[in-house]
Amino acid sequence: MICNETMRLLDAYVDNELDLRGALEVEEHIARCPACGAEEKSLRELQVSARANLTRYPMPTGFEARMRAALHAEEAQAPTEPPPVQAVRKPRRAWRWAALAPAAAAAAVLVVAMPRLLQQPSETSVADAVVAAHVRSLLANHLTDVASSDQHTVKPWFQGKLDYSVSVTDFAAEGFPLVGGRLDYVEDTPAAALVYKRAQHVVNLFVWPSKRAGDEPVQRVTRRGYNAYCWARNGMHYWAVSDLNEADLAKFVELVRGNR
Amino acid sequence: MADRVASFEQLVLPHLAAGYNLARWLLRNDHDAEDVMQEAVTRAFRFFDGFSGTNARGWLLTVVRNSAYTFLQQNRARELGTEFDEEVHTEDARPSESPEVLLLRSAQQRSLNEAVAALPVEFREVFVLREMEGLSYKEIADLARIPIGTVMSRLSRARRQLQAAVAWREQSGSAP
Repeated sequence: MICNETMRLLDAYVDNELDLRGALEVEEHIARCPACGAEEKSLRELQVSARANLTRYPMPTGFEARMRAALHAEEAQAPTEPPPVQAVRKPRRAWRWAALAPAAAAAAVLVVAMPRLLQQPSETSVADAVVAAHVRSLLANHLTDVASSDQHTVKPWFQGKLDYSVSVTDFAAEGFPLVGGRLDYVEDTPAAALVYKRAQHVVNLFVWPSKRAGDEPVQRVTRRGYNAYCWARNGMHYWAVSDLNEADLAKFVELVRGNR
Repeated sequence: MADRVASFEQLVLPHLAAGYNLARWLLRNDHDAEDVMQEAVTRAFRFFDGFSGTNARGWLLTVVRNSAYTFLQQNRARELGTEFDEEVHTEDARPSESPEVLLLRSAQQRSLNEAVAALPVEFREVFVLREMEGLSYKEIADLARIPIGTVMSRLSRARRQLQAAVAWREQSGSAP
């Protein structure tokens, strides 16, 4: 690992956000390189100092009591209608709130949308975990454990590392060359990550055994600008994640599904 | 109906202090922080029915953060750039404490607080959520609706600016 790469990952290293292999590589480099070692020490000092010294601002006196009173007042006034906002405002600042009303309405839409996402914890958290694993593989430059375009090299590599077998197909002829495989984790479950490329874009195909019986149709999910498709077939979960456009990724999904 | 208030009080209000601290750091004075917190708590309560109950602290912090940005857009849009604010008012950046207490606080503590207060709000937010609330990159990404890579780069730039600012203040002997 070189200095540039180490410097790029040093914050994530200090914050314990790197995967095991990335962390080991950084650790190895800073043990040998005085400049990067000094930078790591300085970052840790800043972190210790920030945690010890940053002011935790206390709430103003009586603030919590005022909030509680305001909640009870609001609830008592009009439980079904949108309650009048005056319930919690102080009269002396009323003019400012009036100016805020349109923005408050816009922000309210965001707030309403968010709990919707939270309502399906399992699918949502799997999607987050899969996208996070995809991002991690790009950030830490740890795309493959076994780099090979040969499906007969990649498939046996997983045997002995996973207690299930994964079928591996190269789609180079269709424009999605296989570049290798990686052992990854999705929500603490070991998963096979098959890595494909399309021009400069990386596609991670995660495969792990399904706990639910039955096949599940293809579903499209987007998270933080990444497209993902998931489905279940023959007792396995499949998640394809990429920053590819939707149409190209859909084509990839069809190839994978056509093959299994 | 009283159940709704009781359950809001039980789930959300324990995180009021964390929410206030975030608002105070984003807005840099008590008066605006209090206004924004009132608004945030009202909004949170109104939309409480849609909350699934999995992460009340993250939920409240998200509402507080959105309210604070709305307030900044309406009143202090200038602060939403990513310039380091050289003209931050140090009086505003300090908590309201007695002169005796202030004297006792180390120069390091004051200079770090002032340097964080002078960071652009997008960097200050990520730094405060990481170091004061201990949130992971992913939690910060979800809260601020930015990619994890952006969390990492903002945090990294915030720290470089803080290192430089603290070193400069220490060298020059006193806060400006």
